[in-house]
Amino acid sequence: MTEHTFKRFEDELNTLKEKVLSMGGMVEKAVKRSMNSLIKQDVVRAHKVIERDHAINALEMEIDDMTRTLLALRQPAASDLRFIMTTIKVVTDLERMGDLAESIANHMLKTQEAPLTQVASLQTLSDLVLAQTALALDAFARADLDAAMTCIQSDKKIDELYRTMQREYLTYMMEDPRQITAGLIATNIGRNLERIGDHAVNVAKMVIYMVKGKDIRHTDPQTAAALISGTAQK
Amino acid sequence: MTSNLIENTLTVRDLKLWYGNFEALHGINLDIQKGKVTAFIGPSGCGKSTFLRCINRMNDRIAGCRVEGELLLNGQDIYAPSVDVVQLRSYIGMVFQKPNPFPKSIYENVAYAPRIHGMVKDGPEMDELVETALKRAGIWEEVKDKLQQPGTALSGGQQQRLCIARTIAVKPKVILMDEPCSALDPIATAKIEELMDELKDEYTIVIVTHNMQQAARVSDYTAYFYLGDLIEFNDTHTIFTAPANQKTEDYITGRFG
Repeated sequence: MTEHTFKRFEDELNTLKEKVLSMGGMVEKAVKRSMNSLIKQDVVRAHKVIERDHAINALEMEIDDMTRTLLALRQPAASDLRFIMTTIKVVTDLERMGDLAESIANHMLKTQEAPLTQVASLQTLSDLVLAQTALALDAFARADLDAAMTCIQSDKKIDELYRTMQREYLTYMMEDPRQITAGLIATNIGRNLERIGDHAVNVAKMVIYMVKGKDIRHTDPQTAAALISGTAQK
Repeated sequence: MTSNLIENTLTVRDLKLWYGNFEALHGINLDIQKGKVTAFIGPSGCGKSTFLRCINRMNDRIAGCRVEGELLLNGQDIYAPSVDVVQLRSYIGMVFQKPNPFPKSIYENVAYAPRIHGMVKDGPEMDELVETALKRAGIWEEVKDKLQQPGTALSGGQQQRLCIARTIAVKPKVILMDEPCSALDPIATAKIEELMDELKDEYTIVIVTHNMQQAARVSDYTAYFYLGDLIEFNDTHTIFTAPANQKTEDYITGRFG
């Protein structure tokens, strides 16, 4: 895209994008770290996740302040407006993802009294969710429609895996009531992961709005596809 | 856009305009809807003012200026030889960039045109027409006690509203506005913009503006002109949130040139 005639506005938009991406990076790291703390039973790592959530929250507020200023002073239009709107929405999702990672770390700390022995399916779930999150952030970074669509589509598999995981832990709990505490914690962690994935999908949907100017939230896949290809009018 | 439910006041088909050998407009096609505000935007020299001036045949007076194509007002070609240009301009009024009241009283500024068009006789009937026009233009309260004072003694914003009152006194169908607020402060501008919003129920308004935020605020439809071409024409909401054409996008977002 051609550069802005007003160079400083261009710089501000670039800074905003970098800040969102670094917030995304912090969130990815928090999710990874919280899961590693669980798998490796590493209490120090879990505490780190909890401590660093403040930094994610602070960045959210900093980005909100920037978007407010840009709206008031630059009166952005068209693609700039869509980019700023997307940013406003995306940081809320990222902040929630950070909170969910923090919650996983808190759950992990609770498992100290009743350690989780079966973590394989949680690990698989978190790998999928992290890949989905990476896709959403790539899509935002490169304004990449394909990445956004892949991210949205991957949610089905994650939901299925989450349901399978729930049944698996239910079986453990029924087999051995001493597993109930650990089983409930594991199910909660699974739900947190599944929700992180949902937020990644929200990010990807906003990227589609940013690129195409079409809002595909709360539409079925067929309508969404028609909106994106421009064969339907919203 | 061509639905039967929508009434078009102006229909433009393949309109071309030359200044001597220079082709300034390259075939404009556009429908301007009744009772709406349509804004023309684009960089200087893009043809938007030239096009606006075609609508009430102001270009006729420019030597070497030639127009081709169709420009229909309610289905009638305004460039047809039978058209009386003076009559036409009472149907299509114009408000200019710099307020230009006549060097006469406030009352006379409004009464002058209805009198020469023989619309009403002087006396109570004319008084009523002047009052109605000044009220419609949102300036009555400010001038009702000094109607005999010169129009040029008013402030810039008041003068511009007096010019709007003068325009609507002859009951036009269309009001053309060429940068009507560029010489006004933000409050006077806001009053004119508010007025446009009220007037569009009765009149079709076409405005040329360099202020994109103004186009976004006041218009229902926006046309983007560039180098004599109409690049994109759509409802204002779409033009300012998700324009279809990259050139429009670049201009709207300030990536132009």
